[in-house]
Amino acid sequence: MAGRLPWVLVLPAVIGILFLVLPLAGLLLRAPWSTLTQRLAEPQVLEALRLSLVTASLATLFCLLFGVPLAWLLARVSFPGRRLVRALVTVPLVLPPVVGGVALLLVLGRRGLVGQWLDSAFGITLPFTTAGVVIAEAFVAMPFLVISVEGALRAADLRFEEAAATLGASRWTIFHRVTLPLIAPGIVAGAVLCWARALGEFGATITFAGNFPGQTQTMPLAVYIALETEPEAAIVLSLVLLAVSVIILASLRDRWVNSP
Amino acid sequence: MTLSAHLIVERPGFRLDIDLTVAAGEVVALLGPNGAGKTTALRALAGLTALSAGHIDLDDRPLHTVATERRPIGMVFQEYLLFPHLSALDNVAFGPRCHGASRSDARRGAAVWLERVGLTEHADARPRQLSGGQAQRVALARALAVRPRMLLLDEPLAALDAHTRLEIRSQLRRHLADFDGAVVLVTHDPLDAMVLADRLVVIENGAIVQQGEPVEVARRPRTDYVARLVGLNLYRGVSADRQVTVGDVSFSVAESFDGPAFVAFSPAAVALYRTRPDGSPRNLWKATIEGIERHGDNVRIHLEGPITASADVTPAAVADLDLTPGQEIWAAVKATETHAYPA
Repeated sequence: MAGRLPWVLVLPAVIGILFLVLPLAGLLLRAPWSTLTQRLAEPQVLEALRLSLVTASLATLFCLLFGVPLAWLLARVSFPGRRLVRALVTVPLVLPPVVGGVALLLVLGRRGLVGQWLDSAFGITLPFTTAGVVIAEAFVAMPFLVISVEGALRAADLRFEEAAATLGASRWTIFHRVTLPLIAPGIVAGAVLCWARALGEFGATITFAGNFPGQTQTMPLAVYIALETEPEAAIVLSLVLLAVSVIILASLRDRWVNSP
Repeated sequence: MTLSAHLIVERPGFRLDIDLTVAAGEVVALLGPNGAGKTTALRALAGLTALSAGHIDLDDRPLHTVATERRPIGMVFQEYLLFPHLSALDNVAFGPRCHGASRSDARRGAAVWLERVGLTEHADARPRQLSGGQAQRVALARALAVRPRMLLLDEPLAALDAHTRLEIRSQLRRHLADFDGAVVLVTHDPLDAMVLADRLVVIENGAIVQQGEPVEVARRPRTDYVARLVGLNLYRGVSADRQVTVGDVSFSVAESFDGPAFVAFSPAAVALYRTRPDGSPRNLWKATIEGIERHGDNVRIHLEGPITASADVTPAAVADLDLTPGQEIWAAVKATETHAYPA
């Protein structure tokens, strides 16, 4: 495009870039590079990292198991109140995670509506356990998966499903042999976003599952605690999370996000 | 009778209402302009579009109460819709698998079908690696592999280029001849219909306007659409005394009957004169040239006047007569070249 660039737009844009990039640059600049490997090998760091990876992966698995059918329901079956259900499903996207944690406590806590029954009938307690971490992460991350998969389902060509039906495929056969393979990229993208969100979860986790090292202290929680006692450790932990985010973003861009 | 159906599909602003019967081994082509309801009729037969009323009976059993996946049908879609994540072989094996065949049986059967359509060496290819003609043959094999009682083809040749089309058309004809169930074919191409079908059913605005053997339909069109398809000038008039009167023009005809009549003649049968020719005033009218365009090796002249007509003349005649748009000209048709039949 010819002509001078309008500075009224370019200047704020540049400030915007700096605002987003500078903190990350600061993290890199202040990182204790000389002692990095040594600090990364510390048991608490490894423990938090392991816990984070395990819980985020389990939460993603949970979300896939329930989120994909939910997305299918929202995209393919018209039922009364579908719009309301879709709105409710996406609430955790905008809800402050702390509120989510409180809500989970009220329902699944030892005296909660469901938690009480779980406790008396099966002896299961969720709050302040690793399972609780998974629940909190899944609660916050599931909408990412549902929205992504629902979008893929809506964009998928329904005529392939019709073709499968004329060949004698039942709805379940159509779903797992035609629909799922066709929307696989959407599911993978949704799962990656979901996993990344679960990995970074803080508010709901600390509220619902607490902060016990080795049991419920995930990376973000460890960062927050370390910042008060040992700032350099916090930086190292943050670097790890930053690296994971960048890797995810890069892989998403390359393979699944068709942006120009 | 293998298929006997009365299809009624109602949508806002559209109503399809046709009776359709197809014998075993018979190929019926649904022919019609875009939006006439051909594809809707085919989808209704497949159960992909619900009937508003009516019925579908196949081999004397009701089909309209049966879900798509339980109908003994095979369907070839316009864009083939081969599953992009499966190989050609697995596409063909998909149907038999759904019908309960074991994985190995289904694949063995699919290999036989691929061989039949001449694609054995492409068994492992993904659909996107196949040419249009190959994809069409895989789609046909996939539809036939479930051993259907009724085969439905939606514009099976429309997505192919002219050369491939010629080849695939003759192959398709052979495969349809081998098939012993009912075949319903949707097309808007008269040539496809004439070559592939035993009987044509012409649909306009959701209703059947004409049906019969291809030769019969081509010789005696009953609507402007059909006349255009088969390349004839068609008029509706009144017949009496071997003479059909169409507005101000009267045509001498060979056929003798009284009452409402169609008269049809080929554009090539129209002769043009700068001055009024001597002799009988019949089959003669004064026209204005509306347009001139190339038509194969000849030139097609569009005539307005008491009747609208097309005339095909040689380029030499255009030069001799010095034809230009807007010019007035005399047009005549030999009585032996007109064809009249009751309307």
